[in-house]
Amino acid sequence: MSNQTLIADAELGTDRKLIKSYLIGFFLSVILAVAAFAIVEQHILTGESLYFALAAFALAQLFVQVVFFLRLNANTEDDKWNLISFLFTILIIMIVVTGSLWIMYNLNYFMMH
Amino acid sequence: MTTPAFNTTIHHIQHHDASSKVIFGFWIYILTDCILFASLFATYIVLYNNTYGGPGIAQVTSLPYGLIQTLIIIFSTLTFGFGFAAIYRGNRNQVMFWLVITFLLGLAFLGMEQQQFAHLLHQGYSWQTSAFLTVFFSLIGIYGLHILVALLWIIILMIQLSSQNLTSMMKTRLTCLSLFWNFLNIVWVFIFTIVYLMGAIQHV
Repeated sequence: MSNQTLIADAELGTDRKLIKSYLIGFFLSVILAVAAFAIVEQHILTGESLYFALAAFALAQLFVQVVFFLRLNANTEDDKWNLISFLFTILIIMIVVTGSLWIMYNLNYFMMH
Repeated sequence: MTTPAFNTTIHHIQHHDASSKVIFGFWIYILTDCILFASLFATYIVLYNNTYGGPGIAQVTSLPYGLIQTLIIIFSTLTFGFGFAAIYRGNRNQVMFWLVITFLLGLAFLGMEQQQFAHLLHQGYSWQTSAFLTVFFSLIGIYGLHILVALLWIIILMIQLSSQNLTSMMKTRLTCLSLFWNFLNIVWVFIFTIVYLMGAIQHV
């Protein structure tokens, strides 16, 4: 019986912690999305710096989502495996995307010249 | 000799182990789905200039429209999060309430996307027009398909929740759906950046 109340208390704390984390994540996400929208709409930046700024906003947004919504961490053994598989997937995605673009732009270049 | 208390502990641990394996397995599926979207993004970036005389990205998308969709998706992640947190309170009605809100937001998002597609098709621009439109419809369409699946999943979970309590199996299912919904939000961040925001730059 006492064991059961212990679990209930722990889960009650979890619930408040989750809501706090989601609210922080939500506000940061909205700020990042609106800021990215504003720099394009208001022509604050131009040329390459605009692309880099947008990429930075997207990566910041990804970071916010992963930390505050998915709540990836390395606290327990299970969490570690989630994190490692996530990082491995990012590696695969980098290889797929940059590899494809690299090859296709080179092919394009050789076709033109 | 094992005491009953000991037996329940073992049972509890084994059960916990099984549900964490289910969640990990689902997490691996989500990561492979990320790779699917990554290859779609790579295809999109390679082909987005090949409009074949048809409309370009600036003609088929509107930035404020995309921003509204983005805000809906972010807000729906928050509402799902509230529902997910309610599991830890053991409050089934609140879980149901937030699931309904999330469902409506997802439906609004899907409606906006459908509106956009209908508008394009009405103008005579289909996926057959150009390589760009093929990859545009593929990327956004497959994303919309994921949202549709998630909405059906929410309906199924609501039906199950109405007939049973927040059992550990229901918690596992809700956890998987919450991972899926977060994943959709993350993919949309990149659609918004690469298709909408970077597409609007071309226009300037």
